[in-house]
Amino acid sequence: MDVQELSAHVAQQRAADILSAEVAHGELTVTVKPEALVGFLDWLKRDPVANFTSLVDITAIDHPERPDRFDMVYHFLSMHKNHRIRVKTSVADGALHPTICAVYPAANWFEREVFDMFGIVFSDHPDLRRILTDYGFRGHPLRKDFPTTGYVEVRYDVGEKRVVYEPVKLVQDYRLFDFLSPWEGANYALPGDEKGAK
Amino acid sequence: MMDGDIRVNSYDDGSTDFETGEQRIRNFNINFGPQHPAAHGVLRLVLELDGEIVERCDAHVGLLHRGTEKLMESRTYLQNLPYFDRLDYVAPMNQEHAWCLAIERLTGTEVPRRASLIRVLYSEIGRILNHLLNVTTQALDVGALTPPLWGFEEREKLMTFYERASGARLHAAYFRPGGVHEDLPPQLIDDIEAWTETFPKVLADIDGLLTENRIFKQRNVNIGIVTAEDALNWGYSGVMVRGSGMPWDLRRSQPYELYDEFDFLIPIGKNGDCFDRYLCRMAEMRESVKIMRQAIAKLRAPDGQGPVLARGKIAPPERGEMKTSMEALIHHFKLYSEGFHVPAGEVYAAVEAPKGEFGVYLVADGTNRPYRTKIRAPGFLHLQSLDWMARGHQLADVAAIIGTMDIVFGEVDR
Repeated sequence: MDVQELSAHVAQQRAADILSAEVAHGELTVTVKPEALVGFLDWLKRDPVANFTSLVDITAIDHPERPDRFDMVYHFLSMHKNHRIRVKTSVADGALHPTICAVYPAANWFEREVFDMFGIVFSDHPDLRRILTDYGFRGHPLRKDFPTTGYVEVRYDVGEKRVVYEPVKLVQDYRLFDFLSPWEGANYALPGDEKGAK
Repeated sequence: MMDGDIRVNSYDDGSTDFETGEQRIRNFNINFGPQHPAAHGVLRLVLELDGEIVERCDAHVGLLHRGTEKLMESRTYLQNLPYFDRLDYVAPMNQEHAWCLAIERLTGTEVPRRASLIRVLYSEIGRILNHLLNVTTQALDVGALTPPLWGFEEREKLMTFYERASGARLHAAYFRPGGVHEDLPPQLIDDIEAWTETFPKVLADIDGLLTENRIFKQRNVNIGIVTAEDALNWGYSGVMVRGSGMPWDLRRSQPYELYDEFDFLIPIGKNGDCFDRYLCRMAEMRESVKIMRQAIAKLRAPDGQGPVLARGKIAPPERGEMKTSMEALIHHFKLYSEGFHVPAGEVYAAVEAPKGEFGVYLVADGTNRPYRTKIRAPGFLHLQSLDWMARGHQLADVAAIIGTMDIVFGEVDR
């Protein structure tokens, strides 16, 4: 069964749940309504044609400019049928998102990681703690508005005989070069070009 | 009342046994790590023990978290490549491979045949590097000291091959989008071939030390049994599924590079315990040697000659050309400063890394930097199930189970 047939099968069987199904680079991406997510994944796992028994990955993408800021992205694999699928939903900042731990036990740590990195809260998650960041860490590092340098740094204090946390002091500003050419892509005026831009 | 009897009896007159402080028994919590030699890196386990039996196992990971995914968002595609060496630092090139495949699929780049063969050759070297480390240090965890000494000698030779191809023993940055960085000199190919002749004997020696070893078997047989269904539920991949009897290997089922041209077997286990996974790894090393020999033969064949990098927008021009062509010089400068632009889109590229399915989910927005990269490490899922797998086992088996899961913290913590 090739990816187009799978796409047609999913679109036909679960038309009420999905917003779109498209194939790009040989991969099937299905966008699902957030409220229908758990039911849809349960069907994906049990349906004999789809049979997506393995969870491959869960992650999120931050788009700060969108009203529903985060895209949740799930990847599944069927080892029996040898095909893959990507399922997407969107979540607003601060909104609760359903956990899929009941359907796929392997989702546990992935959802903890998404919570840690993006601050998306999963409802009914069995153990929603931070996973990769430090004990007592603040903020959600993979959000686009979190600076790459972070807010605190640690060092061993000889006087206090322990590791202390201090605000980050940068000797020089963190440099991020803008390589967009004014002829292709850059949609802002360069310094000195304001008159020409009008 | 017998010593060790923890029942509290009640009697006809309404009285009950007096309980001394000694008799009040509760489970014992211990910290395993983060500096434990059997933890294969920085792993902190909070273990709840009932005597010697593990009741609960809470893994604290992230002590090696370096924020790779965040750093990658502010660097160009080429600058991001070396980060992949630092994920699973036991088999660095296999990680680079996934990154290159993701970029190549988004940009539609065709890799030249010779480059593809070199990639296969070095991926298999990586697989042997990894399995040698895993098999021998797992043996160390359960009490055998000699295997790591023998295995590391071979690893050292393999890392010399890494060095002779790329200039670095570990952090190679050798696979590049569009091919590999430099061609292999003929002498190096000869030396790798000579090594494939001698290695099976070393492997047989290690095999003789471990496979029928009574202690090794006592520590591994029937420990950490995974059924095929469990393997699916926990999202296992690689040896962890193959050990449970499922013939699943991305090299065969979703072939990338030229793996469909190669003749090799996929060893699978029967019982899904630590010992079967050990046997799978040993067999996989023998298969890898077979693949390496075939790759060497193909590299010497007439159709195996040619360029090793798809020269174009995403690869640098040849050195000689830069001396004479202004455009080539500009291209070189722009490539290593601005980098190349990848068309907007998203792609998930996975390779059969030695530990399992290593995947890269790349979201490109058309600029010279990835908008978002998710690194899917097999060890993350394997370690997650440690709580489930270690329950009911002895404390000493936890070390054997961590060993068999093939955990390396570079990729788990990213």
